[in-house]
Amino acid sequence: MAVITTPRKRATRPRTRRTERRGQVRSLVLNAIALAAGVAVWAVLAALNVESLPGPLAVAQKAGDLIADGTLADDLLASLRRVFTGFALGTALAIPVGFLMGWYPTARGLLEPYVQFFRTIPPLALIPLAIVLMGIGETPKVFVIFLAAFLSCVVAAFQGVVDVDRTLINAARVLGASDRVIFLKVVIPASTPFILVGMRIGLGAAWATVVAAELIAAQEGLGFRMQHAQTYYDLDTIFVGLITIGVLGLVMDRLLLLAERRLTGWQERR
Amino acid sequence: MTEKISFRDVVKTFPMKGTDFTALNGVSLDIADREFVTVVGPSGCGKSTLLNMAAGLAEPTSGDVLVDGSPVTGPGPDRGVIFQQYALFPWLTVRQNVEFGLRLAGLAADERRKRAEHAIELVDLTDFADALPKTLSGGMKQRCAIARAYAVNPQVLLMDEPFGALDALTRVQLQDQLLDTWSQDKRTVMFITHDVDEAVYLASRVVVMAARPGRIHRIVDVDLPYPRTEEIRLSPEFGRIRNEVWHSVYHQGTAPAAA
Ligand SMILES: Nc1ncnc2c1ncn2[C@@H]1O[C@H](COP(=O)(O)OP(=O)(O)O)[C@@H](O)[C@H]1O
Ligand SMILES: [Mg+2]
Repeated sequence: MAVITTPRKRATRPRTRRTERRGQVRSLVLNAIALAAGVAVWAVLAALNVESLPGPLAVAQKAGDLIADGTLADDLLASLRRVFTGFALGTALAIPVGFLMGWYPTARGLLEPYVQFFRTIPPLALIPLAIVLMGIGETPKVFVIFLAAFLSCVVAAFQGVVDVDRTLINAARVLGASDRVIFLKVVIPASTPFILVGMRIGLGAAWATVVAAELIAAQEGLGFRMQHAQTYYDLDTIFVGLITIGVLGLVMDRLLLLAERRLTGWQERR
Repeated sequence: MTEKISFRDVVKTFPMKGTDFTALNGVSLDIADREFVTVVGPSGCGKSTLLNMAAGLAEPTSGDVLVDGSPVTGPGPDRGVIFQQYALFPWLTVRQNVEFGLRLAGLAADERRKRAEHAIELVDLTDFADALPKTLSGGMKQRCAIARAYAVNPQVLLMDEPFGALDALTRVQLQDQLLDTWSQDKRTVMFITHDVDEAVYLASRVVVMAARPGRIHRIVDVDLPYPRTEEIRLSPEFGRIRNEVWHSVYHQGTAPAAA
């Protein structure tokens, strides 16, 4: 064994705020260029009449109509309500269950087989069963979304607890912390980053599920609207639906990412 | 001399596939009240295991670990522990980290604030009291961890390679700072290191351990006066003791045939 001293000075921040800002502007410009190019290609394809594709203008016009008569807002609200109900219930249950599994080996042993089993089933595959058991009202749709959100988030919360740095727990113990205090003051804050990642995945899963659930049995909602349009070959409406779903999904993801940044800004990023 | 920490015939085995692994085999050591003892030895010889037993984070398989004459049953605020990996709570500021133990001790807010302020000042971090750990250098992080331990005013400091990850210059500064505070409040210190210079510079006794199985190889007395100065560090006497410790760390010969 040699006596080695490892100099591990903290790397000074390589990028100043100014260059960071410039990088952001640059990538925004690139994003805008890509967007414009995409719309242009779409317009060209529509003009060439490929697969009777509707053009950007026709879709924009349709969107205007759907906004004006309130259909889009109604559908949007219906879909969002389902997603948020399912997502809220799913994460509200997933966090305590994940903590329980991470903290108590007994709970882990009892619950893990079920979590792992249901994780392998895509939530959509449960829709037929949910409809038979719960009818065609709101319940089966919210249930499937709940399950999608729950399963994504429970694993993250569990992993978060398991991965808490042992030395942090020891540091708290030697300062006199009881198990309860360790759980509240160390385990919960330390696993927050994992949980927030789980929530983002859960929200994505919930959003993906709602549309599909509405395709099957619904009277309103974005999925229903597209399904309905399909029977009339109404491609404009389908496009409006798709774009709305995409934009909303992106907005929700960004909002959670923002929350994540604020809540876990203490993390050392390498 | 009264013993603050005593290890009596301590054996520690870890269950392994097949046979148990003996990490420590019959370690006996007394550390006097207000003594500064350093422990050196090859990696894996059980230094951390020994310290963790005094901290109450591990139990001996057989033998006794006593603090103030009574067996250690768990961690306690009378023994402050400082880890090599700093172990700061990254979501708390320097001040909140230092106040963590004081909060658990049930101190009122103003008393807590005063004690934390004092501990932070002692390690020269006043300007960074409201900074998050991620913005601190390694040396500053370890100073914060030291302040966190000092704040609860433990009688014993258990330090596990606390300066091992720091550069040479920072390390020397922290050694002097540590000796400074120790000479004022005279806590009992058990300090693990893999740096022979550091071991001799800080201690009044250097415990040299050997591996496989982990045991005490030799104890070297350091007959140098405190306060330790640069002059002492460069003196021939220091060099002689350092060579002696170096020799017993790196040329331990073979392990005794019988365990
Ligand atoms: N929890 C554990 N389980 C199994 N083996 C361990 C455990 N902790 C330590 N050991 C083993 O005990 C020996 C001594 O470890 P340690 O006290 O960390 O050594 P040191 O601090 O001197 O490097 C090592 O060989 C290590 O692998
Ligand atoms: Mg060690």
